[in-house]
Amino acid sequence: MAKLHVSTTINGEPQEFLCDAEQSMLDVLRGPLGLTGAKEGCGTGDCGACTITLNGRIVCSCLMLAAEAEGQEIGTIEGMAGEELHPLQQKFLESAALQCGICTPGVLMAAKALLEKNPDPTEHEVRFWLAGNLCRCTGYDKIIRAVMDTAADMRAAR
Amino acid sequence: MYDFAYHRPKSVADAVALLKGKEEARPMSGGMTLIPTLKQRLAKPSDVVDLGGVKELAGIKVEGGNVVIGAMTKHGDVATSADVKAHIPALADLAGHIGDPQVRNRGTIGGSVANADPAADYPAAVVALNATVTTNTGKHAADGFFKGLFETALGEGEIITSISFPKPEKAAYMKFPNPASRYAMVGVFVAKTASGVRVAVTGAGPSVFRVKAMEEALSKNFSSDAIKDIKVPATDLNSDIHGSAEYRAHLVGVMARRAVDKANK
Repeated sequence: MAKLHVSTTINGEPQEFLCDAEQSMLDVLRGPLGLTGAKEGCGTGDCGACTITLNGRIVCSCLMLAAEAEGQEIGTIEGMAGEELHPLQQKFLESAALQCGICTPGVLMAAKALLEKNPDPTEHEVRFWLAGNLCRCTGYDKIIRAVMDTAADMRAAR
Repeated sequence: MYDFAYHRPKSVADAVALLKGKEEARPMSGGMTLIPTLKQRLAKPSDVVDLGGVKELAGIKVEGGNVVIGAMTKHGDVATSADVKAHIPALADLAGHIGDPQVRNRGTIGGSVANADPAADYPAAVVALNATVTTNTGKHAADGFFKGLFETALGEGEIITSISFPKPEKAAYMKFPNPASRYAMVGVFVAKTASGVRVAVTGAGPSVFRVKAMEEALSKNFSSDAIKDIKVPATDLNSDIHGSAEYRAHLVGVMARRAVDKANK
């Protein structure tokens, strides 16, 4: 079947691509667009390693058809750092809130979305918000602490 | 995934026209069930009609004593809606506990209700609150809408456009979630309305069902004590690796009592 032509915005930059109807957003990000930060863990929307933002809201890119990106705004982990790392990225490094790193881009995308909505979350709220991101290495404690610590730093810096 | 033709109509009329005459065409709302199904090659539609571009289908409004929710309204938007929280907080609470944030940002109320997953949360709210399901061709009462496992009263080419929930006097939803998926192993929605009490159970059977014995007892005395001796038979309930039919039958009683206590808080 003929390729679909999609015009979208990725990390603030206009982007066009061709895709097949059955390709997921994750397929296109990691393949033709070369944005390999989002990972494919389960491919069924359970693990959250492929988390991106769609119009500012976190979604699993493995459960989004690439064609759905037409006219929408996509955000990926590649757009998270500016000149310097995002405070969450820095804190994850400092507190070793990762081991193998496969889940980390998704966790960071979800944590950033949380702190934008709620700069002072309780531990319960952090855990509830990150429920869609599975980590098979750290046991979560370091992740949750890193998010809480970043939130405190960001509040203090304001 | 097998190959299919992708369409993104802008209106309900266009969507219906695209579905018409194509036996293997499937509408897609949030895709949270359809896309995994396609990936597992459990479905082979000729055409996927993506309703995501149909703006008229999303949104929440309050009309008289009803909260009317557009079919393409996402769970996350129902959960955080000031109108839903003000008029039917139990419904916002239910929506806020579906799946995880990534699912709530994509999954829609219309998709969930049309899909009629036996473990989905919304069917319990639709039945307990005696909601009306509006489609492009007409209206369906809640009772009789859910026909069985993944089966509803919707006809070919019929698309849910909105669901209207009458405001209850009191209501609450309690579920025992599967710890991995957060699907309801058993979920019970209890609603006290001017015309009596309704108790709807999801997750336990092939489809959502009401517990008349609890409804009668609660209509006389809306307290968890009133239903403490009412047992639901395990016959015909779901039995799988997550729990036996007997366990689910037991959970119906527990969740119903907790829901009544929550509604009375």
